[in-house]
Amino acid sequence: MSTSTVDLQHDPHGEHPDDPHHQHHFTTMEQQFDTSKIGMWLFLATEVLLFGGLFVGFGMMQARFPEEFKEAHEHLQRPLGALNTVVLLFSSWTMVMGVLSARTNQRKKLVIYLMITILCACIFLGVKYFEYSHKIEEGLLPGHYYTHHGDKIPNTHGYATFFSFYFMMTGLHGIHILVGIGLLWWIAVRGNRGEFNSSYYTPVDLVGLYWHLVDLIWIYLFPLYYLIS
Amino acid sequence: MSEHTHNPKAEAALYLKTLIALLILTGITVGASYIHFGSGAANVVVALTIATIKATLVALIFMHLLHDKPVNGLIAAAGFVFLGLFLMFTLIDFDSRQDYQPRNMPAVVAPPTSTAPAPAAEHK
Repeated sequence: MSTSTVDLQHDPHGEHPDDPHHQHHFTTMEQQFDTSKIGMWLFLATEVLLFGGLFVGFGMMQARFPEEFKEAHEHLQRPLGALNTVVLLFSSWTMVMGVLSARTNQRKKLVIYLMITILCACIFLGVKYFEYSHKIEEGLLPGHYYTHHGDKIPNTHGYATFFSFYFMMTGLHGIHILVGIGLLWWIAVRGNRGEFNSSYYTPVDLVGLYWHLVDLIWIYLFPLYYLIS
Repeated sequence: MSEHTHNPKAEAALYLKTLIALLILTGITVGASYIHFGSGAANVVVALTIATIKATLVALIFMHLLHDKPVNGLIAAAGFVFLGLFLMFTLIDFDSRQDYQPRNMPAVVAPPTSTAPAPAAEHK
């Protein structure tokens, strides 16, 4: 909390010996942190809109092909979806504990919590791999790659549309998980070097926000894909 | 920068409680999906309501919006407001396109062949 009230009159170029992370164009560390955070929230708002567009499209196609979508839902395994939800919620908790550890100068705990978060992310992707390979084997694929047989409705257009959305949305979410693993690794390495402390932990906090958003999106993806039928 | 560093123990306890609440809600939503609430739409409403409660918990506690500077919450809310607008207008549009709705569509076996000559015949 080094809120050393910097006097700009006497220190116009911000030579703040208290913290090497303090950039000269910010008055205080607190202002610097808040600025970064607003930027992160703006990015998260665009993420909401990015996924939002896909959710709206999914809703429209669900209204257009209700029978096909209902039947296609049955191909998704509810227990696997539920397992992934639990894994991701747990990883969100380890993430927030990591941020708390960084803020309270507990370097070792920070690294441990981040490692558990990464492990959860890998479990999530492992389950997804299992699900994807099952879909690919059965020919439950997007667009004209859809080759599944034995559906009730002869025209497979609706089913193919469902799986286009399924792979697009869970795939985009999966890419976010992959990016998240990279970011978590990056702050774990920096944290291990002891770069974060109670007065500077901005990267940990912002990666935490990103990770929670990825969790938040899954909170909606899970019921929409796995539970509604 | 951190408004609530004064008691990390209480904070950690709050996070744990939040996690437990989220897991319980997940259990409820999975359980509810096996119950039929009258119509398909009712099940969607139940599932999305629980999802929204979970998302709110994550945003307020894990993402610190509850004790954060209001501007961050405002930005987050703005994202969802615009998403709501997008969804609303798309729904209105969908509702007005009678020919696009499944109940009005011809049985999809062969593509319709004669649609063009009809308007000409009406003007007599």
